[in-house]
Amino acid sequence: MTKEITVTINGEEHTHEVESRTLLVHFIREIAELTGTHIGCDTSSCGACTILIDGKSAKSCTILAVQVNGKNVTTVEGLATTEGVHPIQEGFKENHGLHCGFCTSGMMMRCVELLENNPNPTEEEIRWGISGNLCRCTGYNNIVKAVQYAGAKLRGDELPSTEPVFVE
Amino acid sequence: MIPANFDYHAPSTLDEAFKLLSELGDEAKILAGGHSLIPMMKLRFAEPEHLVDLGGIPGLNTVSMENGSLHIGAMVKEAELEHNAEVTSKFPIFTDAAKLIADPQVRNFGTLGGNLAHGDAANDQPAVMLALGASVEITNAEEKRTVDINDFFYGFYMTAIQEGEILTNISIPVPAGKFGNAYSKIERKVGDYATGGVAVALELDDSGVCTRAGIGLTNVNPTPMRAERSEAALVGKVIDAAAIAEAAQMASEDCNPSDDLRGDSDYKRRVIRSLTKKMIAKALERAQA
Amino acid sequence: MIQCKTSKEIGGMGHSVKRKEDDRFVHGKGTYVDDIQLKGMLFMDIARSPYAYAKIKNINKDLAMAVDGVLAVITGKDLEQYNLHWMPTLMSDTQMVLPTDTVMHQGQEVAAIIATSREAARDGREALVPGIEYEVMKPIVDPFKALDDDAPLLRPDKEGQKDNQAWHWEVGQKEETEKIFAEADVVVKEQMHIPRIHVASIETCGIVADYDKVQNHLTTHLTTQAPHAIRTVIALVAGHVGLTEEKIRVIAHDIGGGFGGKVPVFPGYVIAIAATFLIGKPVKWIEDRSDNLTNSFARDYHITAEMAGTKDGKILASRMKVLADHGYTDGAANPSKFPTGMFSIGTGSYDYKHAFMEADAIYTNKPPGGVAYRCSFRVTEAVHAIERITDRFALEIGKDPAELRSENFIKKEDFPWQSPTGWEYDSGDYQAGLDLAMKTVEYDKLRVEQKAKWKEGKLMGIGLSTFTEIVGAGPSKDFDILGIKMFDSAEIRVHPTGKAIARFGTKSQGQGHETTYAQIIAEELGIPSKDIQIEEGDTDPAPYGLGTYASRSTPTAGAAAAIAARKLRDKAKKIAAYLLEVSEDDLEWEPGKWFVKGAPEKAKTIQELVFAAYTNHPQGMEGGFEATHYYDPPNLTFPSGAYICVVDIDPDTFEIKVRRFVAIDDAGHIINPMVAQGQVHGGLTQGIAPAMYEEIIYDEDGNALNGTLMDYLVPTAVESPNWETGHTVTPSPHHPIGAKGIGESPTVGAPPAIANAIIDALRPYGITHLDIPITPYKVFKALKEKGVLDKDITGFEA
Ligand SMILES: Cc1cc2nc3c(=O)[nH]c(=O)nc-3n(C[C@H](O)[C@H](O)[C@H](O)COP(=O)(O)OP(=O)(O)OC[C@H]3O[C@@H](n4cnc5c(N)ncnc54)[C@H](O)[C@@H]3O)c2cc1C
Ligand code: FES
Ligand code: FES
Repeated sequence: MTKEITVTINGEEHTHEVESRTLLVHFIREIAELTGTHIGCDTSSCGACTILIDGKSAKSCTILAVQVNGKNVTTVEGLATTEGVHPIQEGFKENHGLHCGFCTSGMMMRCVELLENNPNPTEEEIRWGISGNLCRCTGYNNIVKAVQYAGAKLRGDELPSTEPVFVE
Repeated sequence: MIPANFDYHAPSTLDEAFKLLSELGDEAKILAGGHSLIPMMKLRFAEPEHLVDLGGIPGLNTVSMENGSLHIGAMVKEAELEHNAEVTSKFPIFTDAAKLIADPQVRNFGTLGGNLAHGDAANDQPAVMLALGASVEITNAEEKRTVDINDFFYGFYMTAIQEGEILTNISIPVPAGKFGNAYSKIERKVGDYATGGVAVALELDDSGVCTRAGIGLTNVNPTPMRAERSEAALVGKVIDAAAIAEAAQMASEDCNPSDDLRGDSDYKRRVIRSLTKKMIAKALERAQA
Repeated sequence: MIQCKTSKEIGGMGHSVKRKEDDRFVHGKGTYVDDIQLKGMLFMDIARSPYAYAKIKNINKDLAMAVDGVLAVITGKDLEQYNLHWMPTLMSDTQMVLPTDTVMHQGQEVAAIIATSREAARDGREALVPGIEYEVMKPIVDPFKALDDDAPLLRPDKEGQKDNQAWHWEVGQKEETEKIFAEADVVVKEQMHIPRIHVASIETCGIVADYDKVQNHLTTHLTTQAPHAIRTVIALVAGHVGLTEEKIRVIAHDIGGGFGGKVPVFPGYVIAIAATFLIGKPVKWIEDRSDNLTNSFARDYHITAEMAGTKDGKILASRMKVLADHGYTDGAANPSKFPTGMFSIGTGSYDYKHAFMEADAIYTNKPPGGVAYRCSFRVTEAVHAIERITDRFALEIGKDPAELRSENFIKKEDFPWQSPTGWEYDSGDYQAGLDLAMKTVEYDKLRVEQKAKWKEGKLMGIGLSTFTEIVGAGPSKDFDILGIKMFDSAEIRVHPTGKAIARFGTKSQGQGHETTYAQIIAEELGIPSKDIQIEEGDTDPAPYGLGTYASRSTPTAGAAAAIAARKLRDKAKKIAAYLLEVSEDDLEWEPGKWFVKGAPEKAKTIQELVFAAYTNHPQGMEGGFEATHYYDPPNLTFPSGAYICVVDIDPDTFEIKVRRFVAIDDAGHIINPMVAQGQVHGGLTQGIAPAMYEEIIYDEDGNALNGTLMDYLVPTAVESPNWETGHTVTPSPHHPIGAKGIGESPTVGAPPAIANAIIDALRPYGITHLDIPITPYKVFKALKEKGVLDKDITGFEA
């Protein structure tokens, strides 16, 4: 009931003997000791566990570690490079796209793929695009802003203002 | 939440898979995208002793348009259909449906084959396939057989797939003339299973007369169902508001929704009536475009 | 609108300083409780009751012990030996840690399994479940039936308990109010249910309990909003086995959302502590989501709300009668003297002299709770009732609800204002907020559009809520939890080089304290906020405080920070006088420096003065640069808001779309506009949630029907509309920085605005009230009952 697998996480190979039932999220958090990926539910509903598998966003609580044997996984810890933070990280920070931070890793990983598929999404497309990720704190307004900001940065466009806008 | 333990098998050919399935018998379950099965295993509603993962078998995830049909491999992901322009230009119904199936992450892994093979009337693709008049290729160690989608869904979590068999392909006829298709559902919030859903596919002749109508309904019957009376009410006519209203009314009468947290049967019938109206109109508009 | 006294460099109040905590979060480097891995750590899982009310006949531990990796099974009988099977709730009721004989709600903890891995603990749980034998009894689910003659007595364990009533409470002028109601031209009444909901923070609850036998010392890594209070509770529960308060350290690391749900002490915490104490190894317990959703709750008030007034729209009195379903014990976290929390704020923003409110708390076979859901102790229930009944009154007399509100507002010049239920509202300008909200949505145009829409058979509604909140508990003469007074604290320590660390008794769960507290100190002391490190959550180094909930952090700990900083500013002044060789009276303060009046070039920066405090301070003065303050607020603060919601409802499927939502808040002075706005956004989404989506539903056997996030409908970014927010600023006159607290107003104010909008859309069809959550299905049922669905909805001449 165990199997040796090798999973490349953020460019680094992790080879371990795991139980067949080990969920990818537990592999990442407890075996690879990358705790930036979180768990928020039992029913694949919240998206806190979102990571990328070969570039595609996935809920790592709904995937077995053995299923990704030989594949490439990117987690939040793999977003920043030696050059600095990823535009999505900058977008979330600059636009107050997070409060408690618990949904944030999964939310950002989802947004990375969203922007890959659709570099200049509308507000509506962003909202539908993150509909598999629950955030209980932010009310989503600023997450939308964060994604728009990151999109602009990735496209090399002028960055939108990060000042909060109030009705007056 | 952690599944009970099991043995995991990753065959690299269909033959290997059949061999495993015949050895392991009813203690094995097929694993496709895993997005219906693994959640059930985590809650320990399902405790298979063996999983046979189809993920490593080549040839099950191709999409092609040939011989007047669209062929979709069982392991093609929902997201691949959603983003395949060749498919969605003729079958925008896949864009409609994909947007309403779960969420982007789930669609990256959930497969069309799994969505059908799960045999759950709450899933959306069954109604889509019923409307489109699909047929399903089922393969076992000896042979391939083709099952009309109308004969595929048996009962709650039960389909025409027998022990030792794998759903390998789905074929959808591409009509020659004018045709249009559409899907929508009412959900309590995004990502929810349908309170009710309606898939409509229409074919028209040059004079605008409806020559074929397919209407499939989601989650308002113990098994995915076709609204046959509604279909008949459209065929042979130039579809007008009165025909649409009649067909919608029939669909709402013919379905058998149960009362649950999503609503009572009265409400769901109203939902079906409304959606049937809207989807016929939308499919018609697409056919005429 | 928001003016700053400090430069951007200093980053004091009013600056939208980017949050310091975000760097670790966007890199995935936060530390949440499940991230803690200790050497030799064991895992705990909990077997739970499938029944709402049952006697436990037998627990066959062997079934679980036979599972590989399972080390122990702990039951109530085991805990009884140490007298740890019951614990006090924060309301001085009692709650089972583990039952010895009777389970009182579905999902209640029955036995804990301790194992070497998460998987083994789970397997142990699954194995144990069939080995627990029950004798099932008929539960009390409906609180209205709990006082029937034939109802079983649920709490025979409580001395003197003769029926299923937990307590009765009342406030106001009973007789005068009755008289007004008897004589009034207009009386309106609605029966409302504010349903059972759950905060569902994305992180569930958890603990890593780590007992060191040699040192007799317990460290708990815990998801708690109130670490100090929890330490005291643990000491009260476990003092008799030798765990006294100095031997206990509670550490709340990063918390993945709290909203009130992480205030109580849960049985799981205590069992894990008992387990580490008995076994001597660290024990981790992380709650599953379904266990989380079905073991605690917020709200569940059945309210009869009434209002009396004149035909031309003067409100004269209000009356509210509450039946509070508390489950099997009162597990709320209200101040002791206020069993209904701040419910008595429910006379609202309106000027009338008489009100009467009463509440009866009832025991049922449901989980305990009654905790907050991002709101100050039961304010939401009160605000919902008053804002709904005010609309109902407007409907009755045919007056526009905005006009009715304006005519009855407490006027700006009437503050401080004595409410009929005993509060002194500190300040407010309600009309200013409503004016801004109405201008923003173009209210009059909307009403014209609505008439036209109604004619075409379209369902459009406009809803208002102009509420007053009550936060910042609270003054020690009235406010305590388990006897501990509800002050809060700040300790500021400035290092010789002018950089600082400040510690607090509160605990952020996303509110951004590391940034905003630093801004308060920067404002007062002129040290750049980026140079001030904020620490909370560890009971060892931090000064005592009651924690973060009920929007109390800014009103209490924020005030403490300001006053502690002022103490330091005064000290800096003395040093400046000494260094500049002038009298203190000759000095003037500008953020960041003391200078000689009329000679600004003769100045000493705060950094120079701090350095001097360590290197060259006046003889006789205490060295160092450190101050602590425990702030006891003289009054609560009363934030307010004017919210307007516009909805469109599909006349066929009754899907409800929030077209616009404008929220104007008045929280006094704003520390960080960006953070404050973020709090409002989040609170609004937690306002739409109970208004349209969330409710924990029970069947008649007491089974929770929607205990997962599949069916407990937390809104996504699609359900949540684009929020439009703004502020009016009416400072609190008694608060050192004039701030009132913002985190929860939107959760409190939004539900009635949404409900009022939906009901407004349906009013042509005779609907005067719907209970939240208002779903399309509920709208369908209501219209069907009115007989309007026999044919299609085609139009209504308003
Ligand atoms: C949070 C969430 C929300 C969802 N919401 C929706 C929704 O709104 N609408 C919807 O339609 N679906 C929804 N789903 C289900 C999702 O679309 C599933 O992915 C899909 O139903 C099953 O596909 P799968 O590839 O994941 O199948 P799996 O989970 O791998 O398999 C499902 C079943 O089919 C069998 N099976 C799979 N493939 C084959 C095959 N080729 N031959 C024979 N048997 C096979 C398996 O043995 C298993 O019994 C949701 C899922 C989640 C997690
Ligand atoms: S943990 Fe909630 S979706 Fe994975
Ligand atoms: S920031 Fe707390 S859940 Fe999203």
